[in-house]
Amino acid sequence: MSARTLFDKLWDSHQVKAETASTPGVLYIDLHLVHEVTSPQAFDELRSRGLKVRRPDRTLATLDHSTPTLPADADGKRPYYTKEAEAQVAKLESNVREFGIDLMGWDSPQRGIVHVAGPEVGATQPGMTIVCGDSHTATHGAFGALAFGIGTTEVGHVLATQCLLQRKPKSFAIRVDGALQRGVTAKDLILHVIGTIGIGGGTGYVLEYTGEAIRALSMEERMTVCNMSIEAGARAGLIAPDETTFAWLKDRERVPKGDAWDRAVAAWRDLPTDEGATYDREVRIDASAIQPSVTYGTHPGMVVPIHGNVPAAADAMEQRALDYMQVIAGKPMWGEKVDVVFVGSCTNGRLSDLRAAAGLLRGRKVAEGVRMLVVPGSEQVRRDAEREGLDEVFRAAGAEWRESGCSMCIAMNGDLAQPGQLVVATSNRNFEGRQGKGARTVLASPLVAAASAIAGHVADPRDYMTQEVAA
Amino acid sequence: MSQTSRPLAYVHSRTAVLRNENIDTDRIIPARFLTTTERTGLGKHCFQDWRYAADGSDDPAFPLNQPEARGCAILVAGHNFGCGSSREHAPWALLDYGIQAVISSEIADIFRGNSLKNGLLAIVVGAAEHRWLLDNPGVELRIDIAEGTIALPDGGITRFDLDAFSRHCLLNGVDQMGFLLQHEADIATFETHREKAA
Repeated sequence: MSARTLFDKLWDSHQVKAETASTPGVLYIDLHLVHEVTSPQAFDELRSRGLKVRRPDRTLATLDHSTPTLPADADGKRPYYTKEAEAQVAKLESNVREFGIDLMGWDSPQRGIVHVAGPEVGATQPGMTIVCGDSHTATHGAFGALAFGIGTTEVGHVLATQCLLQRKPKSFAIRVDGALQRGVTAKDLILHVIGTIGIGGGTGYVLEYTGEAIRALSMEERMTVCNMSIEAGARAGLIAPDETTFAWLKDRERVPKGDAWDRAVAAWRDLPTDEGATYDREVRIDASAIQPSVTYGTHPGMVVPIHGNVPAAADAMEQRALDYMQVIAGKPMWGEKVDVVFVGSCTNGRLSDLRAAAGLLRGRKVAEGVRMLVVPGSEQVRRDAEREGLDEVFRAAGAEWRESGCSMCIAMNGDLAQPGQLVVATSNRNFEGRQGKGARTVLASPLVAAASAIAGHVADPRDYMTQEVAA
Repeated sequence: MSQTSRPLAYVHSRTAVLRNENIDTDRIIPARFLTTTERTGLGKHCFQDWRYAADGSDDPAFPLNQPEARGCAILVAGHNFGCGSSREHAPWALLDYGIQAVISSEIADIFRGNSLKNGLLAIVVGAAEHRWLLDNPGVELRIDIAEGTIALPDGGITRFDLDAFSRHCLLNGVDQMGFLLQHEADIATFETHREKAA
């Protein structure tokens, strides 16, 4: 057989039926992740057709989008933003009971954002196909799994058949050579990549991130990178599994144990792209040239280095974005006054992200007039952070410490910014109104977010980093 | 195959135009309306934060609020329409609003797939044709799905690509779940092999 990419191998090994000129292929799905927002209509569809969930054992649900991040009151009543949100959560709870699906629900210590909790429990494994009614499913590609977001109709297809009708996308290698500088993170790397290839640059492709800068990343950093593949239009982003991957997964609840683990690892070692395999498109990025980066406009492709100048608008639409953001071409984002700082989300809500932000905030205060919200990506992350005392660091600095969930990334649970407020956010989308009607979002790393909270304006974390923090 | 959606062979309408590039699905339907557990009734929130003034009345600055854009079933939009979130609420909202076809020079993958599965025709045309359509709002188009053509009022014809399966499903109102369910035996065989190998 000719040399194949990681993507080719994942695709080939999941084809129930190959595509033809007149029909798409039938692709088998190993793991289906489900949450409350994009699933109710799919369960209704099954019910109306008298269908069962074909493989409840390959389906795992969580509660994350519509859930409050403030704790329940003494009577156990949760402060839902709306009664619709509460009803939506109740609907998933009743659907999983009816169809026999595992739910990481309110009573589970494993509850969390679907793309944080899934990997944590070891449900996400190399070589798998993984889908969820959520575009940030790309996150799981960090493990060498083909993972992508689907719509609710397709959620129904997978529930009923464990398969999807798909045509094979093209492949696109993002090769990142060199090493990231001190104070420059995986978030800066992926923002730089999106700024380079553009918000639609990955449309029709599956990305594979390769090169020494990618190999040097931890699993949490790799998840940050793959998470934002969709912000360049790519449904999926991949990183080949290696010793870093295996070490991170070993002994997690849902991974194979004993001899089965050894056999699994042996199979996973065959996944990386063969020498001589080719991609439909390739770009090279020099990691050492990447600066702490932030967005300045109203989509994730409008990215500048923190001290770089906001570029002049090329047309009326770009000018509209600058006007919405109230930023001026020819000036840097550094120094822009900040109202809210949000640390969390499936992009940057993991323990290492909270450690990075807390590292800068320890012994410092959030600037007067700035609201800082820290929302762990899962209850496991929350417990780990509290064990290390990170919650105390955030509280002492004047930040709010919450329970886990999507929170202000999608702002549908009541955690939102007010019109006109500028939010430095570690999340993934800066679309108009994403964090609240009229809210202005600047996407950044947890380090930039923490530095900005301290300064009260968009700030460079390197100005606050001691040598040991940098290590 | 079962039939669930209405067969769609032609879309014949004047066009409404949103020139903006990268119109994301949050703009089409903001997240705060995603707590619904139904597919219906989202049209009144379609482009919610763009189309209404602060007092809740229609904002005359929103292009689809112009009198000549009312009732148009074809939306011509700027490059990379439907990017961002995978929410199927976006095509549901557009259909409920009265849009039957979206034309752009690029349409985001997930939105495009979701649209076609709901009988919303999402099609890509060449840059020159796209520019002309953006510059000529209100033009009367007749889209022929079987032929893959867009007929202009002056007799001109533009072609668009649509994969054979999506075309078949649109024309016949075929639902893809039914098609998938026919593969049950193949799926079972695949599972047996795959799980034995693991």
